Amino acid sequence: MLKKDLLDINSLTKEDILSILEEGERMRDAVESGAKSLDALRDRSVATLFYENSTRTKNSFENAARFLGANVVSVSVDNSSVKKGETLIDTGMTLERIMTDAIVIRHEVAGAAKLLADNVKCHVLNAGDGLHAHPTQALLDFLTMKEIFGGFEGLEVAIIGDIKHSRVARSNIEGLKKLGANVRIFAPNTLMPQGIDRTGVKIAESVEEACDNADVIMGLRIQLERQKKGLFPSVGEYVKYYGITKERVALAKKNAVVMHPAPVNRGVEIASDVIDSDKSYIYRQVTNGLAVRMAVLKMLIIGGER
Amino acid sequence: MKLLIKNVVVFGKECDIYVVDGIIKRIAKNVTYNADKTIDGNGLTALPAFVDMHTHLREPGFERKEDIESGSRAAVRGGYASVCCMPNTNPVIDNKCIVSYVVNRAKEVNLARVYPIASITKGMKGEELTNFGSVKAFGAVAVSDDGMPVTSSNTMRLAIEYAKPFGLPVISHCEDFSIADGGVVNEGYHATVAGLKGISRVAEEAMVAREILIAESLDSSVHVAHISTTNSVNLVRDAKKRGAKVTAETCPHYIALTDEEILSYDTDTKVNPPLREERDRKNIIEGIKDGTIDAIATDHAPHHADDKNVEYNYAANGISGIETAFSVAYTYLVRSGEITLKRLSELMTDNPANIMNIPYGELKVGGLADITLVDLDEKYTVDSREFFSKGKNTPFEGKELYGRVKTTVVNGEIKYDKGEIVR
Repeated sequence: MLKKDLLDINSLTKEDILSILEEGERMRDAVESGAKSLDALRDRSVATLFYENSTRTKNSFENAARFLGANVVSVSVDNSSVKKGETLIDTGMTLERIMTDAIVIRHEVAGAAKLLADNVKCHVLNAGDGLHAHPTQALLDFLTMKEIFGGFEGLEVAIIGDIKHSRVARSNIEGLKKLGANVRIFAPNTLMPQGIDRTGVKIAESVEEACDNADVIMGLRIQLERQKKGLFPSVGEYVKYYGITKERVALAKKNAVVMHPAPVNRGVEIASDVIDSDKSYIYRQVTNGLAVRMAVLKMLIIGGER
Repeated sequence: MKLLIKNVVVFGKECDIYVVDGIIKRIAKNVTYNADKTIDGNGLTALPAFVDMHTHLREPGFERKEDIESGSRAAVRGGYASVCCMPNTNPVIDNKCIVSYVVNRAKEVNLARVYPIASITKGMKGEELTNFGSVKAFGAVAVSDDGMPVTSSNTMRLAIEYAKPFGLPVISHCEDFSIADGGVVNEGYHATVAGLKGISRVAEEAMVAREILIAESLDSSVHVAHISTTNSVNLVRDAKKRGAKVTAETCPHYIALTDEEILSYDTDTKVNPPLREERDRKNIIEGIKDGTIDAIATDHAPHHADDKNVEYNYAANGISGIETAFSVAYTYLVRSGEITLKRLSELMTDNPANIMNIPYGELKVGGLADITLVDLDEKYTVDSREFFSKGKNTPFEGKELYGRVKTTVVNGEIKYDKGEIVR
């Protein structure tokens, strides 16, 4: 039984995660067999409230809601009352009063989804808050890993890239630990957050060590503006010491796969030939994202505590 | 005005305190002189009323958060007879007119003594020096650009140099903005887990080091406000060993809380400098024990609920702390066995008053009758709805504390007694 909201992976039990993945598999089977007008959420209303630019996550959530028969209200922050200075809580209460069942929020500040959830009665789904959490991204990553490997126990997952600014990395680390997988991470020192070792991950000393004998190699997006702020010297140097190349993927297990939350900077985090190889599950992740978002919307709105 | 406080504990012994016109005339058992007012001090302990060298009263300009009247009411409820208020008002307290305004307004309110601190630079812009001589002549007791640290090292050097002959303490809010880099909490494990941007301790420590070196080079003094880290304590300790004229304060929240509190995303935990880790908290207490830290100041920073009821990054920094300061310090320092009540009294009264060169109460014949009566054994749960301050922003909400202020006497007059302001 899920709680009212989906705010992060930490507040889910292992059983919660596994039941979401099972529902996600059912959803994936349904949409892939052509059934795109399920009616589980008929007459329900889902609002997306995105304070940060996003096309893929927003579209994924909105399609997920529509496929389940829900009405979708899309609040674009750029031309809403938010720009006129309305507070997050006031915006949330307004959405609640137009009979919204669930609000999907993305926000640049960690804890914003919780602030909203604490102040509205409708369900809140966190689509990314600051550097904190991106639970549906982690869940879709888990669904992808489950599809490939069947389970998580003893799975070796390498996460490589800008760990410091990555809510995807944090949510993956939290969930993979619960599921029994082992996580190793690697990043330039300036993009490695303090105290991350206390979460139980292994910090690799080189990109080669991170890839060695891994089942999954997950690249993280690097925002190229960070180079201008001095966090790494150049794209060339980044690729040389931190890039996921064919040679490095070859160090992993024979049937290892490459994942990335996308959008990917081709030739930076991951070499183009790796992205286009059969090792890459980046596009499979997108479909699993739709499925897992359908699963959590349905489970929260119909089955979640309130 | 004659005041008699009966059967109160004064440094371990029960006796009566007799006050005439603001001066203690007698401390003895069974005093039977005539009095205009008598207080039954049975079960209570008398302390010299506290002196807060770091308060934000918000007036003029931010009266929605606090004003001189509400802040003064909060001060006496917290056991404070004197407060020094910071100049980050609107307009900034950077000239004799605003200094006079604060002084006069506080006199009208007539509860706690209020001593304005003027800014170091005009408008707290970090450029031209405030007229130190003139603001002092009209009642400013120190200078500080609290909250907007003087970025230019040379401007700070000139301020410390120029202030010396005026005898004006220079108080530095130590924060190197370039290192802080927009962070909102202490950098470390809890910031990483919460996904909130961290502030390196070095943002504070680098400027503590700078101020010490500047003051030392000029044989002048400097006071570092609200230090919160292990290495800030180490820097001040080493400087004092060398004979540098540096004094330091910390605040109750750095003694009692750590950055684990931020995991709730409760914006009442947002304060600058941020709550640190357990090892810092322990080293702050060590610094208090060995005399490195001279004073406990409240950094009372009241805010309107609207300033806090927003996303963590956008929430205002600060804790409304003047009404819980004694209880927090008593619970976490004295009750826990770290220091004696006498030492706490020095940290909260004598030392801050001496740094600011202002009068303070002393429990002796001839002493100024600024007296606070506390019930050391009373355990209570913090409820911000009871605050007299307009700011209800406290991370201590719902926490149990010991040692409650019952009565505050300023200059021989009862200003606060049993939950009420006395006029």
